[in-house]
Amino acid sequence: MEVQLLDIRKHFGPIKANDGISLSVPAGTIQGILGENGAGKSTLMKILSGFQPADNGSILLDGREVAMKSPADALRLGVGMLHQDPLDFPAMRVADNLLIGAPGGIRLHRSQLRASLAEHARSVGLALDLKADVSSLTVSERQQVELMRLLWLGARVLILDEPTTGISAAQKAELFSTLRRLAERGKTVIFVSHKLEEIQELCTRVAVLKQGRLVGEATPPYSVRQLVNMIFEREVTPGARAACAPGGPILKLSSLAVERGRIRLEGLDLEVRETETIGLAGMEGSGQSLLLKACAGLLPPVEGRVTMLGQELAGKPYHYFKRNGVAYVPAARLEEGLIAGLTLTDHFLLTQRKPGFFIDREKGRSIAQERIAEFNIRGTPSNTAESLSGGNQQRALLAIMKPEAKLMLLEHPTRGLDIESVIYVWRKLKERCNAGGAIIFSSSDLDELLRYSDRILVFFAGRVSTPLDADSTSVEELGRLIGGGSV
Amino acid sequence: MSDARTSHSTPTRLRSLLTGDAWINFGLQIGALILAFLLTSCILLVAGAPPFEAYKQVFLGAVGSVTSFSNVLVAWVPLLLAAAGVLVTFAAGLWNIGVEGQIVLGAVLTTWVLRLLQDTAISPVVIILLAILAGVVGGALWAVLAGVLKTFGGVNEIFGGLGLNFVATALTLWLIFGPWKRPGIGSMSGTEPFPERLGLPTMAGLRVSPWSLGLGILAVILVFVLLERTYFGLRLKAVGKNTRAAFLLGVPTWQYGLLAFLFCGGLAGLAGAIQVTSVYHRLIPAISSGYGFMGLMIGMLIAYRAIWVAPVALFFAALNIGSIQLPIVLKLDSTLSGVLQGALVLFVLLVEGARQRYMRRVRMRIAAPTTLEAPLSASGET
Repeated sequence: MEVQLLDIRKHFGPIKANDGISLSVPAGTIQGILGENGAGKSTLMKILSGFQPADNGSILLDGREVAMKSPADALRLGVGMLHQDPLDFPAMRVADNLLIGAPGGIRLHRSQLRASLAEHARSVGLALDLKADVSSLTVSERQQVELMRLLWLGARVLILDEPTTGISAAQKAELFSTLRRLAERGKTVIFVSHKLEEIQELCTRVAVLKQGRLVGEATPPYSVRQLVNMIFEREVTPGARAACAPGGPILKLSSLAVERGRIRLEGLDLEVRETETIGLAGMEGSGQSLLLKACAGLLPPVEGRVTMLGQELAGKPYHYFKRNGVAYVPAARLEEGLIAGLTLTDHFLLTQRKPGFFIDREKGRSIAQERIAEFNIRGTPSNTAESLSGGNQQRALLAIMKPEAKLMLLEHPTRGLDIESVIYVWRKLKERCNAGGAIIFSSSDLDELLRYSDRILVFFAGRVSTPLDADSTSVEELGRLIGGGSV
Repeated sequence: MSDARTSHSTPTRLRSLLTGDAWINFGLQIGALILAFLLTSCILLVAGAPPFEAYKQVFLGAVGSVTSFSNVLVAWVPLLLAAAGVLVTFAAGLWNIGVEGQIVLGAVLTTWVLRLLQDTAISPVVIILLAILAGVVGGALWAVLAGVLKTFGGVNEIFGGLGLNFVATALTLWLIFGPWKRPGIGSMSGTEPFPERLGLPTMAGLRVSPWSLGLGILAVILVFVLLERTYFGLRLKAVGKNTRAAFLLGVPTWQYGLLAFLFCGGLAGLAGAIQVTSVYHRLIPAISSGYGFMGLMIGMLIAYRAIWVAPVALFFAALNIGSIQLPIVLKLDSTLSGVLQGALVLFVLLVEGARQRYMRRVRMRIAAPTTLEAPLSASGET
């Protein structure tokens, strides 16, 4: 089935999640949709699969304009979506899972339906044990069940949203061969991912989204450099980078190994010195946040040492790290960084150094006013955290960071900010860095990495490059490394 | 009211619309009250009773005489303590359903100390003090047990508290019919009453004790100051509103959760101790009389603002005492007060929910065409 999207727009308040996307996918192809977190991939797929309506634009299936009010609607029209997390009913048998979405009356014709299912599974080349409990299946087997269900219900367009999260390499290969087989039989597969290598391996064409817009399309053979440039390119380039001479050592990682989920970093050695800024580059989820969390004490290392100003910290709790001069600023500002419902004054009071017992509200208010002015936050002391815009939330996060912190760990410190805020945030960070601190930050913006880092570590699928000197690295070179190229 | 809620520093029309004008809110609350009375009236009509007559009887039963009003005050004290206590756990984001059992355990430990010391030569003042202290400790320990189950056992505090409530009730019954039974045969009327010298002194000719009144009012003031004026309270709120962020900002989160339990349990235990030392002068099976659950209802009703505890608790106490008249005069069950209280809580929550939905819609409509604050150049999370 041929899918055409015409001028799809979707706004969430001031945020343009989809900003006029037009895309055409012929039948029998595997279309990759590539882009960073927040580029608008998931929103577009939710619109195509009937989970949410677009504000504007139209969807054409085989040339006919269709209206989808719900996922069931979409499925009737032949569009089925496999979600990031399989939406099945773990406590039930495979067969019953498949029957849940089936049209029909109240009475179940189990045996009849089972026979039809088994027949169908054979015809699309899926081997399913219909009597197994879903809870006993692996994630990839559950994906197969879900695919089977969608196909059985008549899906001719299959949307897969980041389907390779949490499955092994062998299972991935299996999934890919299934998808290829389905495409050969004329199904249209839309494969959403932020992983370049998967797109390269599987897709017969790819569209790149960035900030809600379609910024480019490509067909094999893919040029990694070109794709990386499309994903990361930034329109505005702020002033030149400023270097500063590094001082004494602050943090030392020796043969560190950390692990979470499928990602494992090993044999990490790094020394960070005063006034130094280390940038962590790489596709989302390649291990950057593991390193930051290990340095913050949020993720105890499997082995190796984390030495801060000569003191061994590995294995100590987060609050111990914090007391010893480590500051961690998470990417999720309102989920992990600030507390919705509390005012700016409350936040400053909460992070005061020597609080005492009773709160002096007047003093709190004057501290808040001072910091608001210093960090140029557009808000008042009695504004709650959630009432601030993203840029101002980020400024507030920096404003509540302990001034005596020596090591600042920042996850995507400028994601989603306007260029003015980016420049401001970095000026503040560099001030503190030059006053004897050090910064490790992750970013998906190549310009930002090159401009503000002294050295850059490139992460690729859990592997970490040797530190690159930011001065002698180009955007192209960095893009190539992020895509899995070697130094 | 906390100054977090009354932000008048940017008195723009938009902001007052979004945060909700104080008068509009007040009007909505009155509306909820009227709706609650309407629903209760309907139920009364279905039951074949004249609503106005019933309300009149409740009113007279509560404030018709000095004696009846003093009885309202007797019921007010445990409500003050329970409601003040649950505000602390609510602040930490915890549903301390176990407050009922914590009152019971307070009463049990108080009774135990009184039984232990009643035949000794120790001065009655000291015995009463020790007994009340034991009650506080008993309630606090029972609450911390629920907290420990949550923190270290992964048992949601609602289930843990509910389970512990049953255990507390069973314990009381066992004590009354077993080890602490009256000479001869145990009965539902409770343990052997303590001598008068072991009770808190009451006002001349009335059942209400100035001491327990003082303790109840003190507890409310204490909780108000704690939540609004101390770092302890601020940290509790931080934990309650966003545990993860509070942890990252340096608050020892589970420790604060346990402290909230400890504090709430202590106040609940004090309520139990007062029931024994100043109301019943013995342990009875229904020693908590549902005051714990009513405390939770009051907490929800006042949207966790400590300043409203005293008046709303007084209103609830008046309803409870006033409705005692109903079976005698109108042949109605006295649970009418419960119906009215429950309906009131539901309607207040309903009205608040509707207001928030409406405000969100308004906000979306305002935010959609133009941006509210600084524009975001990049798209946010999808």
